Amino acid sequence: MLLIHCPYCDDTLPELEFAYAGEAHIARPSDPSELSDEEWRDFLFIRSNARGVHAERWRHIHGCARYFNALRDTVSDKFLRTYKAGEPRPDTSVQEAVK
Amino acid sequence: MTSFRVKDRGRVKADRPVRFSFDGVAYEGCEGDTVASALLANGVHLMGRGFKYHRPRGPVTAGSEEPNALIGTSRGVGRFEPNTRATVQEIYQGLTTESQNKWPSLKFDVGAINDRLYMLFSAGFYYKTFMWPRSFWDKVYEPFIRRAAGLGKAPVDVDPDHYASRYLYCDVLIVGAGPSGLAAALAAAQTGVNVVVVDEHAEMGGSLLSEPSVGINGKAAWDWLEATLDELGRLPNVRLMTRTTAIGYYHQNMIALCQKLTDHLAELPTDAPRERMWRVRAKQVVLGQGAIERPLVFDGNDRPGVMLASAAQTYLNRYGVKVGNRPVILTSHDSAWYAAFDLADAGAKVGAIVDTRNDIQAALMQQAKARGIETLTGHTATATSGRLRVKSVRVNPVRGGRVGKARTIDCDALLMSGGWTPSLHLFSHTKGSLHWDAEENVYLPGQQTEECHIAGAGRGLWGIAAVLEDGVKAGTAAVRALGHSCDAVRFDVSDDRTGNGVTHKELATDRSPGRAKAFIDFQNDVTAKDIRLAVREGMRSIEHVKRYTTNGMATDQGKMSNMNGLMIASDALQKEAPQVGLTTFRPPYTPTTFGTFAGYHKGSHFELTRKTPIDSWAEEHGAAFEPVALWRRAWYFPKAGETMHMAVSRECKATRESIGIFDASTLGKIEVSGPDAVEFMNRMYTNPWTKLAPGRCRYGLLLGEDGFIRDDGVIGRMRDDLFHVTTTTGGAARVLNMMEDYLQTEWPDLKVWLTSTTEEWATIALNGPNARKLLAPLVEGVDISADAFPHMSVAECTVAGFSSRLFRISFTGELGFEVNVPARHGRALWKKLMQAGRQYDICPYGTETMHVLRAEKGYIIIGQDTDGTVTPQDAGIGWAIGKAKPDFVGKRSLSRPDIVARDRKHLVGLLTDDPKIVLEEGAQIVTDPNQPLPMKMIGHVTSSYWSEALGRSIAMALVAGGHEKMDQTLYIPMPGHTVAAKVTGTVFYDPAGERLKVE
Ligand SMILES: [Zn+2]
Repeated sequence: MLLIHCPYCDDTLPELEFAYAGEAHIARPSDPSELSDEEWRDFLFIRSNARGVHAERWRHIHGCARYFNALRDTVSDKFLRTYKAGEPRPDTSVQEAVK
Repeated sequence: MTSFRVKDRGRVKADRPVRFSFDGVAYEGCEGDTVASALLANGVHLMGRGFKYHRPRGPVTAGSEEPNALIGTSRGVGRFEPNTRATVQEIYQGLTTESQNKWPSLKFDVGAINDRLYMLFSAGFYYKTFMWPRSFWDKVYEPFIRRAAGLGKAPVDVDPDHYASRYLYCDVLIVGAGPSGLAAALAAAQTGVNVVVVDEHAEMGGSLLSEPSVGINGKAAWDWLEATLDELGRLPNVRLMTRTTAIGYYHQNMIALCQKLTDHLAELPTDAPRERMWRVRAKQVVLGQGAIERPLVFDGNDRPGVMLASAAQTYLNRYGVKVGNRPVILTSHDSAWYAAFDLADAGAKVGAIVDTRNDIQAALMQQAKARGIETLTGHTATATSGRLRVKSVRVNPVRGGRVGKARTIDCDALLMSGGWTPSLHLFSHTKGSLHWDAEENVYLPGQQTEECHIAGAGRGLWGIAAVLEDGVKAGTAAVRALGHSCDAVRFDVSDDRTGNGVTHKELATDRSPGRAKAFIDFQNDVTAKDIRLAVREGMRSIEHVKRYTTNGMATDQGKMSNMNGLMIASDALQKEAPQVGLTTFRPPYTPTTFGTFAGYHKGSHFELTRKTPIDSWAEEHGAAFEPVALWRRAWYFPKAGETMHMAVSRECKATRESIGIFDASTLGKIEVSGPDAVEFMNRMYTNPWTKLAPGRCRYGLLLGEDGFIRDDGVIGRMRDDLFHVTTTTGGAARVLNMMEDYLQTEWPDLKVWLTSTTEEWATIALNGPNARKLLAPLVEGVDISADAFPHMSVAECTVAGFSSRLFRISFTGELGFEVNVPARHGRALWKKLMQAGRQYDICPYGTETMHVLRAEKGYIIIGQDTDGTVTPQDAGIGWAIGKAKPDFVGKRSLSRPDIVARDRKHLVGLLTDDPKIVLEEGAQIVTDPNQPLPMKMIGHVTSSYWSEALGRSIAMALVAGGHEKMDQTLYIPMPGHTVAAKVTGTVFYDPAGERLKVE
């Protein structure tokens, strides 16, 4: 069971308290009606499915209930960093991911 | 019966006899014995039968890796356990055990005919034999496989024991309390950090328990062990746990431990758990799991009496049991020579030490000579004899690759050693990489992924001195990583038994290798020949070889067989072992009961049952219940002698003719409040909310961003900035999560607060023409007359003295009200309404009647009439979409090409030609019942009931292009007959909605 750091509670807690919520940094378009069918399809269904560092959303559902973002290595299943919703994706070098 | 117990040897308590039984025969052992050691002390080697060929088998090990000696243990009803390893199960007074895989008896087993049919059961036999003819599958093959595949018999009674679960946090967890683990503990504990030491055995000490002749720091091994355990036991920062197996190593140093608490006790303590699962989070882990001896692979290496040399040494030194009076040693490693010496010193007549190697240390040769033991170096073993116990071994010299003339040596035990395999199971759980040591033919730990240290034989070291020193190193490294420094711990070891050896594939033979029954996986009966056949038939990776032959797939998880299988596969493939690979080790390390994993989560604790405040009334009044999500809901209220059908028809009739009362408390409720509440509602739901005045309510429809229906419910506007949202019973949490997601991450600028109020309110629905008559006298604070309080109104008021939110809504098509009161008043209000309703013959109804009444009106149930691919248009509720709104969740998707396509499945009504036939929900629908199979299915029945009001059956269905198929006849093929039905609209009853308008 993973330990996950909630950036709002500033505490590292067991995975049981959290829920996964899909890929991060996919903002809902402010006016969806302006999007072509293809663009809207991509927004709905197309995801990066990264092998390696993946930016994803988690929710501290059995704690503060806030959504936040995380960088996780999908190969090692290790969390590299978590950060608050709305903050930009941190720069992570490949080295850090390997470590 | 001859006793093989050796006086003054072993750690068992010779003065404390313990009686137990095996296959109905009473035996006596000593306190401290396992079933295996006690049976061996009685001269019993035959403890089981092989799984495939039913060949007689005895224990081959003295530990948890045992593949052969699997027994059933029982101690009363519900406490039967199959596949217990006799080498691990401690005996206690009255223990009852039995052998497995035999009929009618262990000594004479009919299934042993499989042994004669050996050629039929080669690698991949399941795949080949059972392919055809197809018709044989159900009657012949499957029953055969099921019978053959069962290892032991499954218990049938409910397990009366309970199982506990605990968390534990520590600085250093040490797995294995052999010399490396204890040395690591001594080093780490002195710094004051929290140390936990676990060991799967009943007592700590590991290999020291089998090596009493070694001296440590001037003490005999066992004296040093006692002093060390005493010292560690006194430290407040050290916890020692025996009978505790580390079964899995998970992320971030979480280790699962299974602690066995009662399986060794004659008297079961009341209320004590049988086993306890510990989830340990350790800052540092030291793995001192040791090594497992490898069998040698030769014809007849599986007869009872053939066992690992180290096992014989353990039986002698730890349990005081000679496994035979005339043992022969067959080895490729120095370690087995010491087993020969110990046995000779205990009075056994060692027939010979047969070593595959030509050059042996002079010291070993001398010691053998001093004991008068014949030594045969550069020899191979080519056969054994003996049906229920090994009688002799056939050995041949090997010179320059040629196998010479055979010679037969009589024996009553054959003790083999093919070298040692470091135990890296837990390390492998962490996905730590393994490094192939081509010199020793072993895998050693490579790159780590977790904070762990491997010590001792687990990384290929040999000898007590080396292992102790390595343990100190690991313990020191662990505490250093935590920022502590510790004093050096040194050991002075005397009479250490160091040594080395070589490993083999199959031993050389002068006979046809194709006829040899040279076993690799004893439990699954996989031979060397099977591995080679698998390679010949195209298996290239060890993972394929494993699945084709079942090598390593038994309950011992390849502990004995992995490396021998790999050596032979790599030889057959002419590739280096690392290129052939290594099968993946997976948790649990040893077989673990389901009880341990389940812990407290059984019976009523398996899943919680949510009950409404009115549930107790329903129970007192004989309701039948059904589960809905986690809720238990009153399903119907049968009167004496009524069937479900009769009860539901009566409830429907009473509601339509006078008044019915229904507990709707399970409906999800969410309070949406704040200055931007209406904007939020506009964005979330399809409907327009701006113009909905406080005091009014509206049916709300929620889509996913993909345009498919997610949820629905009536939503009341209590104030400008406050909405009382209701959701489906099962959808409440999902809807709240979805709202929270949008609010937190897409529209954090909106000033809105969401509160789950599902359990704050009890909700009672009153439906029927007399609903207002019943309610009006009880209501204060609002006029509920038809004009003052029209359909789709909501008000805060009091009902029967309880402050309430009162809705005028209907899910039945009748005049209807829903009264929400604080949950604690729910039952009291229900009773008052029942009291007041007596004059109208008020009828409590359950979910089934609710379903029928709503279906008569064509009201959909999310998740029953929709399935996550249904749009508002498909469901015929396009009117719920606020077309003028610029945006809402899912709006853009409603114009996607696939969503506006013509032939989508639409929700329609179905009326069977024969009004008495009630269709089955889920039944498939076709246009032409005479088309050839497989028919083209165009939809399915989603809801179907007997309608008492209409005197016929009604149904709803999702049908491709259904809205264009009105009045067409479709067909529902059922087993043995086909039902014809006409497509209709979904509103079957009172289509004009006149009944809502009761004055
Ligand atoms: Zn939090």
